[in-house]
Amino acid sequence: MIDVISIYKTFYVPHEVKALVDVSNKIKAGEVVVVIGPSGSGKSTFLRCLNRLETAERGQILVDGVDIFDPKTNINTVRAEMGMVFQSFNLYPHLTVQGNVNLAQKLVRKRPKKEREEKTRMLLEKVGISAKAKAWPSNLSGGQQQRVAIARALAMDPKIMLFDEPTSALDPEMIGEVLEVMKTLAKEGMTMVCVTHEMGFAREVADRVIFMDEGMIVEEGTPEKFYKNPTHDRTKLFLKQIL
Amino acid sequence: MEQNISNIKRLSNPFAYFLSVGGFLVLLFMVIGSVYYATVAVDYQWRWFKVPKYFMYKSSVTLYAEGFGEIDTIAANKDKYDITVTTDAGKRTYTVPEGTFDWTEGDMVGPGDIIASYEGGWQPGILAKGLWVTLKISFIATFFGILLGIIGGVARVSNTPVLKWSAMAYVEVIRGSPLLVQIMIFYFVLGTTMNKILMMNGIPRLNAEWYGIMALSVFTGAYVVEIVRAGIEAIHPGQVEAARSSGMTYFQCMFHIVLPQALKTILPPLAGQFINLIKDSSLLGMISIRELTKATREGITTSLQTFELWILCAILYLLMTFTLSMCVQYLERRTATK
Ligand SMILES: Nc1ncnc2c1ncn2[C@@H]1O[C@H](COP(=O)(O)OP(=O)(O)O)[C@@H](O)[C@H]1O
Ligand SMILES: [Mg+2]
Repeated sequence: MIDVISIYKTFYVPHEVKALVDVSNKIKAGEVVVVIGPSGSGKSTFLRCLNRLETAERGQILVDGVDIFDPKTNINTVRAEMGMVFQSFNLYPHLTVQGNVNLAQKLVRKRPKKEREEKTRMLLEKVGISAKAKAWPSNLSGGQQQRVAIARALAMDPKIMLFDEPTSALDPEMIGEVLEVMKTLAKEGMTMVCVTHEMGFAREVADRVIFMDEGMIVEEGTPEKFYKNPTHDRTKLFLKQIL
Repeated sequence: MEQNISNIKRLSNPFAYFLSVGGFLVLLFMVIGSVYYATVAVDYQWRWFKVPKYFMYKSSVTLYAEGFGEIDTIAANKDKYDITVTTDAGKRTYTVPEGTFDWTEGDMVGPGDIIASYEGGWQPGILAKGLWVTLKISFIATFFGILLGIIGGVARVSNTPVLKWSAMAYVEVIRGSPLLVQIMIFYFVLGTTMNKILMMNGIPRLNAEWYGIMALSVFTGAYVVEIVRAGIEAIHPGQVEAARSSGMTYFQCMFHIVLPQALKTILPPLAGQFINLIKDSSLLGMISIRELTKATREGITTSLQTFELWILCAILYLLMTFTLSMCVQYLERRTATK
């Protein structure tokens, strides 16, 4: 479904950083991949390359066979198939909860009003936040905001969901509610790439865990094998730090 | 904010409140009083009672015969009379109110004879007309200024070099020269050429007002570009990423996500800009547009009421700018509740 072929990404401002170095990976349909690694190891950059929020300077990414870095590709159609959830929620503050979920359905999917309102209602129910449909984002807790953000991404009927540390900005008591929603999605067969250090989540639903360091994929494997018998020293060190 | 709170606290004490208000009024009267005293010292004759006619006056109508001839007929027409006069200049009919003429049928008339003289209806005075022109010009220029500013602001933050450089050049060029010079260029350079071209193609020429509006719009637009740019840049980049990652195009993201949010930060400096626009429109008198300032000057040449009219002129500008800033404060409070 997603084929990452040897991508490189270097940032030059404010100083030169090799964020991705020769990263390759294949993500199959229905697979749940968890990406872990120390801060600054390139996890976000990797994820953001998958929907071209960042452009790799070398290498290719094929999404359903479409080369997304090809200038002839209409990136908006590719992005509409990929939902993204951010660490900082990024809800639109000038729209209500339902306004947030409705907007892209209207602008990108061109769904008729009735249809999108029905979709929104259904999704808000799914993430357990129907009661707040008319609330403003600023009046919601972090956990509620993140669940709205997930509903907003799902509203496009994406084939793939990308999560960039969705629970890192949350108070501990709210992490669970967001992870629950993500687990439900995983069990429904959604293709997911999640940057998260929640080991419980990885063990329960991940098919594969990828460990990144200094812009490279150091090690990957099933959660069983990965957490019990990491092979690389760097992986061992990192796992020791986060446990 | 803290400054405000402490001020309010201090004023909740009634004694302090009256002291402040009293002090303010005393100061105000001292200033006005000393100005008044100074004018008395130079023997200035204040004649405020003559001022209202610059807003509204009853016109007087006097009709003159155009040549030698005679009164043909005088016929009642509802509550008025139709006087038909045949002279060597031709036949004409005047409709006049009762009791404003002293003719009977068959009377002879000569050129310059008064056929009738009466009071007409209420007419707007020169200041009222000037005020209207200022309002009209400011309003239209505000509209185009916003339009130019938004287009320019969006171009200014775009990644397309041509758009970005064009917007930058526009801002620098316009901000780098005096408005008065720009007005002159718009009227005497652009206006002359354009009117010639229009005439060559058989299209009626544009009058000075339109060139004045163009100059003001372009001038204000340049400042609005910078205001809009600052507003857009203040939006958290995560907003754009969320919108773009859901498949919205650059422009959808701009018009549905970025600009609506930027409006809140843009509004106060924008209001300041349009207050400046109202005041700057006073320069248009230089290209013979009779806006408020020019109207005041013309009023003075006929009446010599220099002091009253200039003070009045200033008060009228103040009223316009004050109303505008009140409207914007209201809008700000409404957008701030979200
Ligand atoms: N927009 C950017 N400009 C400059 N440097 C960046 C940018 N984004 C990321 N980086 C750098 O790239 C490296 C990888 O960043 P990132 O992918 O965000 O890491 P992670 O998500 O694993 O913490 C870091 O050193 C970071 O400072
Ligand atoms: Mg990150």
